[in-house]
Amino acid sequence: MTAALSVEGVTHAFGSKKALDDVSLEAPAGAFTALVGQNGAGKTTLFSLITRLYNNRSGSIRVLGYDVRRTPAKALSQLGVVFQARTLDLELTVQQNLLYHAALHGIGRGEAKRRAEAALTRVNLAERAKDKVRALSGGQMRRVEIARALLHGPSLLLLDEPTTGLDIGSRRTLLEEVRRLIQQDGIGVLWATHLTDEIAAADRVVVLHQGKVMARGTPQELCARAKTEDVGAAFMSIVGETPEPRKASA
Amino acid sequence: MSAVADVPLRPHRGVTASGYLVCLGGIVWRESLRFLHQRGRFLSALVRPLVWLFIFAAGFRATLGVSIIPPYETYILYEVYIAPGLMAMIQLFNGLQSSLSMVYDREVGAMRILLVSPYPRWFLLVSKLVAGIAVSLLQVYAFLLVAYFWDVRPDDAMGYLYVLPALILTGFMLGAMGLAMSSVFKQLENFASVMNFVIFPMFFASSALYPLWRVQQSSEWLYYICTYNPFTHAVELIRFALYGQIEWTALAVVAGCSAVFLTAAVLAYDPSTGLTARRGGPDAAK
Repeated sequence: MTAALSVEGVTHAFGSKKALDDVSLEAPAGAFTALVGQNGAGKTTLFSLITRLYNNRSGSIRVLGYDVRRTPAKALSQLGVVFQARTLDLELTVQQNLLYHAALHGIGRGEAKRRAEAALTRVNLAERAKDKVRALSGGQMRRVEIARALLHGPSLLLLDEPTTGLDIGSRRTLLEEVRRLIQQDGIGVLWATHLTDEIAAADRVVVLHQGKVMARGTPQELCARAKTEDVGAAFMSIVGETPEPRKASA
Repeated sequence: MSAVADVPLRPHRGVTASGYLVCLGGIVWRESLRFLHQRGRFLSALVRPLVWLFIFAAGFRATLGVSIIPPYETYILYEVYIAPGLMAMIQLFNGLQSSLSMVYDREVGAMRILLVSPYPRWFLLVSKLVAGIAVSLLQVYAFLLVAYFWDVRPDDAMGYLYVLPALILTGFMLGAMGLAMSSVFKQLENFASVMNFVIFPMFFASSALYPLWRVQQSSEWLYYICTYNPFTHAVELIRFALYGQIEWTALAVVAGCSAVFLTAAVLAYDPSTGLTARRGGPDAAK
């Protein structure tokens, strides 16, 4: 089965600093993949390359098999993104924000309204459709951004540290909703975070440190490798290690 | 779970011919909504040229004589002379203000939402330009309406219609210029100072406030600067169009500059030539 996201041998540098060094990873469809790394690990740079804000000039990035550099239209139409920075227009209503996004994907008004209602219902915010975004809480804004990212029916959902600035309750709600979406819609999720307590036992984990992939596997596998029972401790132990050799693409 | 939530969000069929129109419509719609929400912006866009018209022009009417020059066939009031320049000024401000919003958008991330659209980047930028032009036309015609009651109007009411294509073209040039400039700046502070370095020199070193023969009388080199200033040609294109005439040199310069500025903007926002080239790549560390 084609992976929702496949990154192979991607290197990217800013000036003299290598932000990504020969990065390879996969996010399968219907699964939650946590991209774990400390601040400055290269997570946001990787997201910028996947979303084609920058071109990857080495390696390849494929969304559902479509190369983002060679077939950007097909790749981007399979992609839903929640950026680290808030990207909603505060002066517009929730629905207006969603309709704008639908238009950017070429979805006409009638269908866009139906999709907006369905997407908002998924994140339990249908009753706030007519409210201005400014009136929402931080957690609600994030959920609207997820609804927006789902509007065009993507196969892959990218979330760049989506729980930043949220309280514990909102974090839990957000995680539960994203996991439910995976069950319900079968989409692949790549969730970038520096918080290891967001990882569940069934997740796949990729550890990124100083632009290099240090480990990948289930939380249990990482714990076994670090000889600890705690994922957080395993992560801290792994980022002190030398990077694993690059694997051939799966 | 309600029935709506259970409706699967099927993949949209991707990029289609009709989707281009929907995408353009969406970008124009959002820009118009934002404009309507920013009443202060509309007011200042209107007040700025009116201050020039009501105060500056009235004060200088006596000191600055304007002889009969094309397209005018008779002596005209100074207010009538500077009206096209003020219309172009509205578009210049609007063009740079839309770019300012691009810089702001980039900071808050809305620009990223625009750029992850599957439609080609050049198309997204042109759509953004079209949206800016639509807003600038609204501002210019609001100005013309007030000017009408101040007895500043073309000889023929059809002038209001004739000037429309000229305004679209000049709006395109000034918007594309702002777009190209916005890609260079990462922060608002930088851009704000550039506004001062761009708007005022462009406006004053042009035929907006005084005819070029007047400029030539006082300074030959300033005259040449004015002649090569694209803004001068934008003003002249509007001036002649108001009287149902086409100033061909101005038309050629405005069309040419539009193409150059748009190409620069598209290249600057292209991931393979613009941002990546400046901000890094796989070889940047070597």
